[in-house]
Amino acid sequence: MADLRSNFIGITSPNPFWLASAPPTDKEYNVRRAFQAGWGGVVWKTLGSEGPPVVNVNGPRYGVIHGPDRRVLGINNIELITDRPLEVNLREIKSVKRDYPDRALVISLMVPCDEDSWRDILARIEDTGADGVELNFGCPHGMSERGMGSAVGQVPEYIEMVTRWVKQYSRMPCIVKLTPNITDVRKPAEAAMRGGADAVSLINTINSITSVDLDLFAPQPTIDGKGAHGGYCGPAVKPIALNMVAEIARNPATRGLPISGIGGVTTWRDAAEFMALGAGNVQVCTAAMTYGFKVVQEMITGLRDYLDSHDMDMSDLIGRAVPNVTDWNQLNLNYVTKARIDQDLCIKCGRCYAACEDTSHQAIALKPGRVFEVIEEECVACNLCLDVCPVENCIDMRELAVGEMDLRTGIRRGGYANWTTHPNNPMAVKAAE
Amino acid sequence: MSQARLAPGVVPGRLDPHELAANFVDVAPPLDDHEARVAADRCYFCHDAPCVTACPTSIDIPLFIRQIATGTPDAAAMTIFHANIFGGMCARVCPTETLCEGACVRMEAEGDPVEIGALQRYASDGLMAQPGHPFRRAEPTGKRVAVVGAGPAGLSCAHRLAAKGHDVVVYESRPKPGGLNEYGIASYKAVDGFAQAEVDWLLAIGGIALRHDQRLGRDITLDALRAEYDAVFLAMGLGGVNALRAEGEERGNVLDAVSFIRDLRQASDLTALPVGRDVVVIGGGMTAVDAAVQARLLGAENVAIVYRRDRSQMGASRHEQDHASRSGVRIICNAAPVKVHGNGSVVEVEFAYTAVDPDGGLRLTGDRFRLKADQVFRAIGQRLDGAPDALALDGGKIGVAGPGRTSIPGVWAGGDCAAGGDDLTVTAVAQGRDAAEDIDAHLTGRPVEIPG
Ligand SMILES: Cc1cc2nc3c(=O)[nH]c(=O)nc-3n(C[C@H](O)[C@H](O)[C@H](O)COP(=O)(O)OP(=O)(O)OC[C@H]3O[C@@H](n4cnc5c(N)ncnc54)[C@H](O)[C@@H]3O)c2cc1C
Ligand SMILES: Cc1cc2nc3c(=O)[nH]c(=O)nc-3n(C[C@H](O)[C@H](O)[C@H](O)COP(=O)(O)O)c2cc1C
Ligand code: SF4
Ligand code: SF4
Ligand code: SF4
Repeated sequence: MADLRSNFIGITSPNPFWLASAPPTDKEYNVRRAFQAGWGGVVWKTLGSEGPPVVNVNGPRYGVIHGPDRRVLGINNIELITDRPLEVNLREIKSVKRDYPDRALVISLMVPCDEDSWRDILARIEDTGADGVELNFGCPHGMSERGMGSAVGQVPEYIEMVTRWVKQYSRMPCIVKLTPNITDVRKPAEAAMRGGADAVSLINTINSITSVDLDLFAPQPTIDGKGAHGGYCGPAVKPIALNMVAEIARNPATRGLPISGIGGVTTWRDAAEFMALGAGNVQVCTAAMTYGFKVVQEMITGLRDYLDSHDMDMSDLIGRAVPNVTDWNQLNLNYVTKARIDQDLCIKCGRCYAACEDTSHQAIALKPGRVFEVIEEECVACNLCLDVCPVENCIDMRELAVGEMDLRTGIRRGGYANWTTHPNNPMAVKAAE
Repeated sequence: MSQARLAPGVVPGRLDPHELAANFVDVAPPLDDHEARVAADRCYFCHDAPCVTACPTSIDIPLFIRQIATGTPDAAAMTIFHANIFGGMCARVCPTETLCEGACVRMEAEGDPVEIGALQRYASDGLMAQPGHPFRRAEPTGKRVAVVGAGPAGLSCAHRLAAKGHDVVVYESRPKPGGLNEYGIASYKAVDGFAQAEVDWLLAIGGIALRHDQRLGRDITLDALRAEYDAVFLAMGLGGVNALRAEGEERGNVLDAVSFIRDLRQASDLTALPVGRDVVVIGGGMTAVDAAVQARLLGAENVAIVYRRDRSQMGASRHEQDHASRSGVRIICNAAPVKVHGNGSVVEVEFAYTAVDPDGGLRLTGDRFRLKADQVFRAIGQRLDGAPDALALDGGKIGVAGPGRTSIPGVWAGGDCAAGGDDLTVTAVAQGRDAAEDIDAHLTGRPVEIPG
């Protein structure tokens, strides 16, 4: 059976599934129950400076996008960092870590952007027994207006500066948590690396308004008739997070920088995808908030099952897809596929036809008896039909063999050739004479 | 059309071979991958899920369904088998409408539960079709345990004991293992020799020796077993059948429903199996329904179940009653047999309508009727037969405390032969498993593993 024990920047845990810094990790009661349920580690809910804690709104803090059957697809929140006193959190962290020495316990921090504040907080957490710190440079609401969270995370120079202070004043491994509310995520990652970060984690939540109440004319969640933007997370943000993780993993400047993958991890498969793109472990928030702590059990058995059935170790998985993430101009333009409909599986709903006829390339024929067939002469292989077909595996994309005629272009399939050498490209690289 | 279709008396071949074959196909065909995904998607992954509470073996249903939903049906199967090694059979025979599915919150929401049984079958069949056996035995303990009866209770106990490193010897009076899985369950619930295939798969764990044609009380004694083994688990089921106590009961073609079902299950050629044209089944439980429905499927023209109490008190669930009705079985309630008329063989059964006295007792009224019958099946319950005298009984069954401890130290009992719990396959499996845990704790001092 595959060994799921994880070592992330020297922090060990029985599995690579950590709870992200958020309500699930807000207090001792939660974290103990999370560990009992099997979570490998937690990043404690973000702590602020000493003094009166922040206050949260007392009305609703979440807005949700539901799929069919009220499945939670995305959550937007306007919660702040912990609203409990620092001393209480520190006492609880110490007590939990003492009882669960084998689990990872990382403390998330967010204090004002000055050296004294960081030195002070690091001194305060010194003797908790925690395994590391995560710098919350990501929170996009409430704290950013106060010059913290994503206000820091959007300025690479600040990231570098604060990370340097942290490495200077603490022996603990340091993870820098990045905000996705930025155009090029490689820049803050590079800054974190320059500052001496041991790892980055991403993503934090994405600026969002989930919906507008059309009677109150205010964003939801609505607090006394008004709403503020919040941070979006959950399954809906996974594609954005995956791309950002991959960008950092394949960036030569940050190559080898450990990554903790966050954003929409809901099943073992999501976790495996983050890991294949270079994440050394994953962090989870929304899935736990939606289904409870027990959801980790499926992640554990599923990842193990996957690794076993592929005869792989976890280390074989981590980063395995990174070499295959490339730029568009490197894709093989001579790779030709054609949609193919399995008539035995087809239930004749006609969705493929509507999609292709109305919005694509008129490459599906509607024949008598509601028989839907691909017209290879027209099919550009966009695969929209496959995506909208309600029947799994009913449509597949058949790859043409090299030398086989593409009926649409009348050209036989050739070997590898990409845009950089394509005749239509005015900037095409000429073969050396 | 078969010549014998309307022949009077008890004759074989009322239906053509292809009609018979069609009648005895899988009553609930397996889900394909797509259907399983769609069904699994409906599960809410409830907290402290009511479906789990309603399952006698406490299978972690939300977890295994989520494992199916996320494309790891083998992991789902392991979740099932950890709690219930007969997960495959239970998926087919459990009255889910009164157990897990009856408790599913989707019943509350829209009256349509998650298809737990079908999903359980999907996952367990998938893993069982693969070569090998998924459980490994622990280090040998050197302890030996005797199990009496190779039904679901006995084999569930044997499997768990073997997994924990004990050596198990199973004594079975019949020539084949499986108990009522093999001899009792309706044919269309476990087609294609599933019962034997499941037993073979289960035994592949190793460490379990089967001794056939060994009957406790005839070939072996409890004292001898106690002397030879470190512990004994009794799981003989209920071998005896209750009598009707109606005049003329001894007439020809008045049979036990369980014998009829056993012959049906063991028949290699259904066209050779005789059945009446007018069949009367007396009783109100699962056995009555199974006998009646299968008599219809064999070609009986008129089949009636007669039950002495109210419909709501029938042992057969509503779902099973409906299944009987759909199969063309007439259900008559509040009537009890008083006389079997005939001349050598049964020709008619005379019934009296019943009434309930204020004290709850059942009384026959003067209101009577007769049903034409050339075959009658008794299905008014089974009883314990041949329990060793030394054992204390409780309501006619072996008295047990906690996880199957009998009045004799070192002797446990479970399944139908033990007092407590419903007489269901899944209950037998649970009791066998829990007794094994208790025996193991007793023999080794190890803690009991939480079921599931
Ligand atoms: C016709 C019928 C249909 C049923 N249908 C269903 C159904 O659809 N769903 C459901 O959940 N339940 C059903 N049941 C109930 C279910 O089959 C039983 O509850 C279950 O099989 C009990 O398991 P067991 O291991 O205790 O006993 P059994 O299955 O009866 O096994 C006992 C075993 O012990 C052997 N044995 C008996 N005496 C001795 C002895 N002295 N020495 C050695 N061996 C002995 C027997 O040969 C047998 O193999 C049905 C029962 C009947 C009769
Ligand atoms: C209600 C809520 C509060 C959060 N609070 C914090 C926080 O205090 N610190 C932090 O670093 N991230 C916080 N997050 C972000 C999560 O840690 C995580 O990065 C994000 O939710 C994406 O992961 P997910 O898709 O698994 O939810 C919060 C998220 C939610 C939903
Ligand atoms: S989830 Fe709990 S705290 Fe939140 S609104 Fe509901 S009852 Fe209140
Ligand atoms: S969308 Fe799929 S199922 Fe529907 S007609 Fe097209 S191929 Fe058939
Ligand atoms: S009760 Fe129904 S919905 Fe809830 S966990 Fe069980 S099967 Fe799923």
